[in-house]
Amino acid sequence: MLKKEEKLVFELSVPGRSTNLLPKCDVDEAEITDMIPDDFLREDETCLPELSEVDVVRHFTHLSQKNYGVDSGFYPLGSCTMKYNPKINEEVSKLDGFLKVHPYQLEETVQGCLELLYKTDKFLSEITGMDGFSLQPAAGAHGEMAGLMIIKAFHEKNGDNKRTKIIVPDSAHGTNPASAATVGFDVVEVKSDERGGIDIDALKELMSEEIAGLMLTNPNTLGLFDENIDLIAKIVHDAGGLLYYDGANANAIMGISRPGDMGFDVVHLNLHKTFSTPHGGGGPGSGPVGVKKQLVPFLPKPVVEYDNGKYYFDYDRPLSIGRVKSFYGNFSVIVKAYAYIRTLGADGLRKVSEAAVLNANYIKEKLKEYFHLPYDRTCMHEVVFSGQWQKEYGVSTLDIAKRLLDFGYHPPTIYFPLIVKEAFMVEPTETESKETLDEFINVMIKIAGEAENEPEMLLNAPQNTPVLRLDEARAARKPVLKYERGL
Amino acid sequence: MSYIPTTDEQQQKMLADIGVNSIDELFADIPESVKLKTGLNIPKAMSELELTAHMQEMAGKNINLDKYTCFLGAGAYDHFIPSVVTNLLSRQEFYTAYTPYQPEISQGTLQAIFEYQTMICSLTGMDVSNASLYDGATALAEAASMVCEATRRNEIIAIRSIHPESREVMSTYAKFKGMTLIECGIQDGVTDLQNLKELLNDNTAAVLVQSPNFFGAIENIKEIAEIAHENKSLLVVSCDPVSLAILKAPGDIGADIVVGEGQVLGNPVSFGGPYLGFMAAKKEFTRRMPGRIVGETVDRDGKRGYVLTLQTREQHIRREKATSNICSNQALNALAATIYLSVMGKNGLKKAAELCLQKAHYAYRKLIETNLFSPAFESPFFKEFLLIYHGDADKLNKHLLEKNIIGGFATERFYPEFKGGYLVAVTEKRTRDEIDRLVSEVVSAC
Amino acid sequence: MKVLEELKYSKEHEWVKIDGNKAYIGITDHAQHSLGDIVFVEIPEVGTELNKGDVLGVVESVKAASDVYTPVSGKIIEVNEDLTDSPENINEDPYGSWIAVIEISDMSETEELMDANDYERFCQEEE
Repeated sequence: MLKKEEKLVFELSVPGRSTNLLPKCDVDEAEITDMIPDDFLREDETCLPELSEVDVVRHFTHLSQKNYGVDSGFYPLGSCTMKYNPKINEEVSKLDGFLKVHPYQLEETVQGCLELLYKTDKFLSEITGMDGFSLQPAAGAHGEMAGLMIIKAFHEKNGDNKRTKIIVPDSAHGTNPASAATVGFDVVEVKSDERGGIDIDALKELMSEEIAGLMLTNPNTLGLFDENIDLIAKIVHDAGGLLYYDGANANAIMGISRPGDMGFDVVHLNLHKTFSTPHGGGGPGSGPVGVKKQLVPFLPKPVVEYDNGKYYFDYDRPLSIGRVKSFYGNFSVIVKAYAYIRTLGADGLRKVSEAAVLNANYIKEKLKEYFHLPYDRTCMHEVVFSGQWQKEYGVSTLDIAKRLLDFGYHPPTIYFPLIVKEAFMVEPTETESKETLDEFINVMIKIAGEAENEPEMLLNAPQNTPVLRLDEARAARKPVLKYERGL
Repeated sequence: MSYIPTTDEQQQKMLADIGVNSIDELFADIPESVKLKTGLNIPKAMSELELTAHMQEMAGKNINLDKYTCFLGAGAYDHFIPSVVTNLLSRQEFYTAYTPYQPEISQGTLQAIFEYQTMICSLTGMDVSNASLYDGATALAEAASMVCEATRRNEIIAIRSIHPESREVMSTYAKFKGMTLIECGIQDGVTDLQNLKELLNDNTAAVLVQSPNFFGAIENIKEIAEIAHENKSLLVVSCDPVSLAILKAPGDIGADIVVGEGQVLGNPVSFGGPYLGFMAAKKEFTRRMPGRIVGETVDRDGKRGYVLTLQTREQHIRREKATSNICSNQALNALAATIYLSVMGKNGLKKAAELCLQKAHYAYRKLIETNLFSPAFESPFFKEFLLIYHGDADKLNKHLLEKNIIGGFATERFYPEFKGGYLVAVTEKRTRDEIDRLVSEVVSAC
Repeated sequence: MKVLEELKYSKEHEWVKIDGNKAYIGITDHAQHSLGDIVFVEIPEVGTELNKGDVLGVVESVKAASDVYTPVSGKIIEVNEDLTDSPENINEDPYGSWIAVIEISDMSETEELMDANDYERFCQEEE
């Protein structure tokens, strides 16, 4: 990776330098002040730099060389499903007929786009055992928000206005309680039992006429499948609540088990996890929300329908929660996910989950001698270890993660889930070979040895990266959030 | 194809190492009752060759802006995208990376976001910008939550000239969050100031206005800010960042929070997404901002570097008390915007804005001259304008389509009060020939 | 872990220094240590009336936010503005860095607080 400091784009600016991208004005020009009152016109200059094209290309190329992507190497970031992003999906998503289509074109001119949305809805419904999807949400948390709105709207429609609370396990992703709060629900936490699943007695205790539903990730954030799912669904349903499935971990169950069959009423998927679309350094994602039949009328509008050989948007949905985003979702992302589903087919999707689970268990078995495994049972697509043995030698999970950087790996997710001290969560995904896994395992074993014998190797890590450990406290105490010098 | 590299033989070896006989055994925790008994009903796998043909066929059913001349805007615009943007975005180190949670190997993304934040602050005249939100509509909705928290008031006044879909999104968010959304009327295509004064009350958290608004018209931000502030309410402005190359920065004329749709900065229309919402605010709202923010710091050697900062606002730490539930944002689209603004530069962006302005006004004059349209308003506009068409707008658009022109947006769907409303967008990409052809086809359509 | 004899302590790891009817409130050495580098302190407004157990302020580190609860009821009569610019004072001198002063409305509440010995034992049990 590139170690040399890269100046900020503003520091590269040279007055008078420019690119020549735009033509001369070819229409009869009017005085600007005849078109826009003086009062409205900008007097100061913007901070934008003056650069040549090659300056810009070098600058951003240098920046890219300070980054690490899935194509750079192994990325076992738990709960994030950093699988390989197939190149063909990028290519087809950039076809003119997808990329250069305006969202307000007449429906008869966008039949291909509509067909793709319609079919993706059907495929996702089949994969999850749901009856209908909205592809509008732009990310997982956005899908959660839409799903919880649907739950709220459903209860309100039934005159069931007392249901103001959502149960969330103590192992849940932070987005779960945050999304519940966004929708105006109060959050009640249910604890996990000693096997890592929901504590059934605690759940029963919490159920009441005030509970709107339960949000659950299954397999959960410990990478464990909750064996009591039937019972959990029954307890929640019997009390009049609904079940929400956080699809962050859906990579474990495709073709094997479906949230709809487990008793879930609402599900969101992360196309940027399970369905291989790239993360883009933090987005764009796509978080479709799917529901069982009784909730279909509440989906965000519009939805795509098909009738008489024509695809069309249906806006006439009186019970809909409304719109959650402009237009129809992160369309290009959906195109890539559609291409992925077509490339894999039913068998391929099942094989994905099988290989993902196999890879995670392989790592678990090979490393559990060296790192504490708080829940020693068969895991699904990811495994949660604890760095607490290494803590004895004065190194933390953070140090282990930073040392991994020196070996050219992206570290696992650390300090999550919150219920495991010094947690690190490894999700290898199905796209990694045995050779890659073995190399990673060997490196982890080496790091375990270093922790015991040469802890300073961890404490001083990383050394082979563009920058060393950064002072995050300084950044937060005296925030510098934009460049100001010389502007 | 499945992108799974392990061979059957390797899988057997791995199973043996784990101590199980089959992959099925690994799924023993899943109760039989919820296991899928048959395969999924999904069509069988396609090879790359088959997939390419299939996708081309589907894409071929859509008409696209390369083959058709576009005068359609209404929230998504056919601006010029320099080849540099597309090319640099396709670097895997950018697009296959995750959120920069490990700063030592994410300085590329982090520095680019820091540059993005600086550019957004400069364009909008604000102190602090976040790293992006889903789109312009959700950015407005997030701003609405923010101002209610900040003022401990509960009512939002949104001007009717805000994009109707943005208002719909805000209304969804507001309904569930328990905020009241009130609509303020319009006069001559911009905010009806009299109506605004009447609606303001001591529970008004903020006034939300878009400028240039849905009709392309430029709002009098300064006057609206004075009216809002007099009532101790805040002002949120949603704006077109391209227009800010020539229009006053909203922050310099009273806005407290500025949001907007960043699609116009180097992102293709792509049937409505992914785009990016931007948000910038005055310093006092820093800790109320939703989403990620990047800050400058130093490493152990004192070398300058960048990290995600002020993270205690966010869901992964504050959970139900977070400022928003947003996690993934539109990072790659924000990167596109950063590259776009870098390569256009201060003069290039200004030129693009001036071309939009000149060409839109040329098209306006020519269309009015046909006598088939009348002006809807007198208010100044930027790159888009509302006309009243004297004929049937749907018929007109069908005729134009036959001539490879994507016509304007028939606004009656959202604004029945303007019968024959026809919204025309003209970006820097449109040539004089194209505009003249639009005008002559409009004439031949009647 | 440092504990001062002359102070009282709560189970949420706040310390209280009682001076007449005034209570100086901060977070303990144990609390600052488990939070790590403190980067921000949300300070309450003078004049706010609080009941025992209400949130007095928030202390934030890089990766955690911790509510500070008032162990006694009363009105806030003074706040430590220095912490706005120098939150690290809490790390450096937790018992010298009070967050707020409360005019105690019910002196009997102070009797429920732990003394230094009890607090030390409490922390050990919590480990």
